[in-house]
Amino acid sequence: MYAVRMENITKRFGSVAANDGVCFAALPGEIHCLLGENGAGKSTLMRILFGLYRADSGSIYVNDRPAQIAGPRDAISLGIGMVHQHFMLAERLTVAENIVAGCEPRRRGLLDRECARRRIREVSERYGLAVDPDAVVEDISVGQQQRVEIVKALMRGARTLILDEPTAVLTPPEVDELFTVMRALRESGTAIVFITHKLKETMEISDRVTVLRDGKTIGTVCTADATPDSLVEMMVGRSLPVHDDERTPPRQAVLLELRDVSVAGRKGGRARLSGVSLAVRSGEVLGIAGVDGNGQLELEEVVTGLRRPGKGKIALTGQDVTGLDTGGIRDRGVAYIPSDRLKRGMVDSFSLARNSVLGTHRCADFSRRGLLLENAVREHARSIVAEYDVRAESIDQPMGSLSGGNQQKMLVGRELARPHSVVVAAQPTRGLDVGATHYIREQILASRNRGKAVLLISAELDEVLELSDRIAVIYEGRIVDVRPASQFTERELGLLMTGQRNEV
Amino acid sequence: MSGFADVVFNINNLTATIRMATPIALAAMGGAFSERSGVVNIGLEGMMLAGAFCGVLGSHFTGSPWLGILLAVAGGGVIGAILAVFAIRLKADHVVTGVGINILASGATTWLMQAIWKRKGATDMVAGLGTWSVPGLRDIPVLGTILGVHSPLVYIGLALIALGWVVMFRTPLGLRIRMTGEHPEAADTVGINVRAVQYFCVILSGCLAGLGGAYLSLAQLNWFSKDMSAGRGYMALAACIFGGWNPLGGLGASFLFSFTDAIQMRMQTAQIPLAVEIIQMIPYILTILILAGAVVRSRPPAALGKHYESGHGR
Repeated sequence: MYAVRMENITKRFGSVAANDGVCFAALPGEIHCLLGENGAGKSTLMRILFGLYRADSGSIYVNDRPAQIAGPRDAISLGIGMVHQHFMLAERLTVAENIVAGCEPRRRGLLDRECARRRIREVSERYGLAVDPDAVVEDISVGQQQRVEIVKALMRGARTLILDEPTAVLTPPEVDELFTVMRALRESGTAIVFITHKLKETMEISDRVTVLRDGKTIGTVCTADATPDSLVEMMVGRSLPVHDDERTPPRQAVLLELRDVSVAGRKGGRARLSGVSLAVRSGEVLGIAGVDGNGQLELEEVVTGLRRPGKGKIALTGQDVTGLDTGGIRDRGVAYIPSDRLKRGMVDSFSLARNSVLGTHRCADFSRRGLLLENAVREHARSIVAEYDVRAESIDQPMGSLSGGNQQKMLVGRELARPHSVVVAAQPTRGLDVGATHYIREQILASRNRGKAVLLISAELDEVLELSDRIAVIYEGRIVDVRPASQFTERELGLLMTGQRNEV
Repeated sequence: MSGFADVVFNINNLTATIRMATPIALAAMGGAFSERSGVVNIGLEGMMLAGAFCGVLGSHFTGSPWLGILLAVAGGGVIGAILAVFAIRLKADHVVTGVGINILASGATTWLMQAIWKRKGATDMVAGLGTWSVPGLRDIPVLGTILGVHSPLVYIGLALIALGWVVMFRTPLGLRIRMTGEHPEAADTVGINVRAVQYFCVILSGCLAGLGGAYLSLAQLNWFSKDMSAGRGYMALAACIFGGWNPLGGLGASFLFSFTDAIQMRMQTAQIPLAVEIIQMIPYILTILILAGAVVRSRPPAALGKHYESGHGR
């Protein structure tokens, strides 16, 4: 008997088929990975199962009985629960309020808060999901918020639990905790659908894997019979070559240097950065490893002049640039891939052509007497599109109409096309699919091999490990350790990132 | 300056404060419900005006001010429903729709007044609500003067506001409303009908503002005059925000606004050497100052003014 079975599901958004005849089935008591690149249709499929989208055609069976799911209410009553990638929690309400909303215990017409607390405690104790019912959601950590989401689904009697990219927001120890909870749920007979694009996690936790590509089912395999390579081939339709690791000899001139840089926090709060000293040399990638929110954003902003350090010095190729604005720092040879490309890297309503000269629009190549030289701008955009493999219909289409991967290629192309000696790459592959991620990482390595100094700030530990020559670990605004990458183990990094230095 | 102190610390100011705060507090609670569900309600002004007019209309045709009150609640509700259809179903900008509603209410009531009473400035007198004097309460010194004798709507209004607080913060419905205004998609995914909650809240806000409006025309006066809401709907919105989208907070804010208004009115008669126009400005200036301060610190419901369509978020 299958817990849920979906047959020949098709769902179109406009002319794009997000799901094209997809079949999927999960057994009770198994952890079933739904694997695929971004845009492969994993989330769409599960949103259909949860009633957030309606399939154009196809059928759904729950416990082998045909099911009509017109909305989340139907899905919930059929025992389907979903933890979304972006949490569905009202930040200013309490944990208990978020958990019981929609199925509130009542007493004489009023909300029975005591009963709510009791029921939450029962569920959280049974599966080891510690949550504080009276805490306000915005005050608790992301990992705790995720537990709230899981409790929320279980309280509604979920026998099939969908987890949409649950590990993307977690630290390595939190991932371990989540996996423990998932195993406990499996023991209790819950079917778990685990949406991911990470192979390592798939291999570690799942019993079976269904791979989607371009909205179609490629196949379902038992994890025991699969290898990471065989799964990649299923995901992307080809195997990815290993990064070319030719390189110039490292340990040359220091191109970017921070000396004792500090950034104050909010009044009364702890400093965002305190006493950070780093040096990045020509021909090396210095990776910053850390849990999101430990000063990475401030570091990115300080190095690119978006924020002035409270104290300390920043030097580029030996020249002091402390206090220069972003334009000044970029002109001195910093290529900048911002962590939030939608907010900082581009204007999504502008064409590719316009975006291709943002930041260089004043230089003599692209403007004369205050007017843009349209032909030169378009020529430039065309060359980036060709050189960086941007899949676009035309350079006149708005940037916002491209996929995330192509937007990022365009942006990386623009930055690396300028004369530069230092690359600041912040979360360069966040939200990108496997193919685009691979491409962007290759570009970063190529830049290093041409003798640039690369500062890589990434919340993806795998990325830091794969690309860095040296790794600096940041925790609560301090650099707690810097060593050549080969001298760290992943476990060690995980502990350092979460401030458990003594246990290393 | 002892004359000035007499003006400010006069017990009658408090009586007047309660009297004048009631309509604003009712409309402010309407605003709180609407905005807690995520719909900006700048149409409170028009809803109050419609309520004031419908109250007089009902009293005029039936001879019963209580039926007038019912019609006022219904009339406010209809205006609320218009806002709801535009803001929720048709996804119009909430502020633009609200302003449109205010203009519509002003024009429609003026035109209907001319059509029915053949008058341009104000209607004829109709049967009003009169006052209740509460036995026991009215005999207590000081408190009796402040609270003992008022229009029945004052007591009904205060009871409704207390009830409104309970509904918003102690009932499942209130939780669903707050969830909807904070995160409609979260509400949707736990099976809460976002649209139904929003329609309910916006129509309820119209009913409450309509009731507040009827207070102006059937309790303070016994007739309707052109544009008689005179900015109270905007003050109610201000009170709603200043009161932290909470019915009791809105009541407190309304008391504050009305207290300054009461002092202002007393100052006009106390022959203080200041132009009447300047004295009349005081409550409005205070409103601006308080709001400028409060708006900076207050945090509206997270999804306020945003449109939500189930199944279309990517």
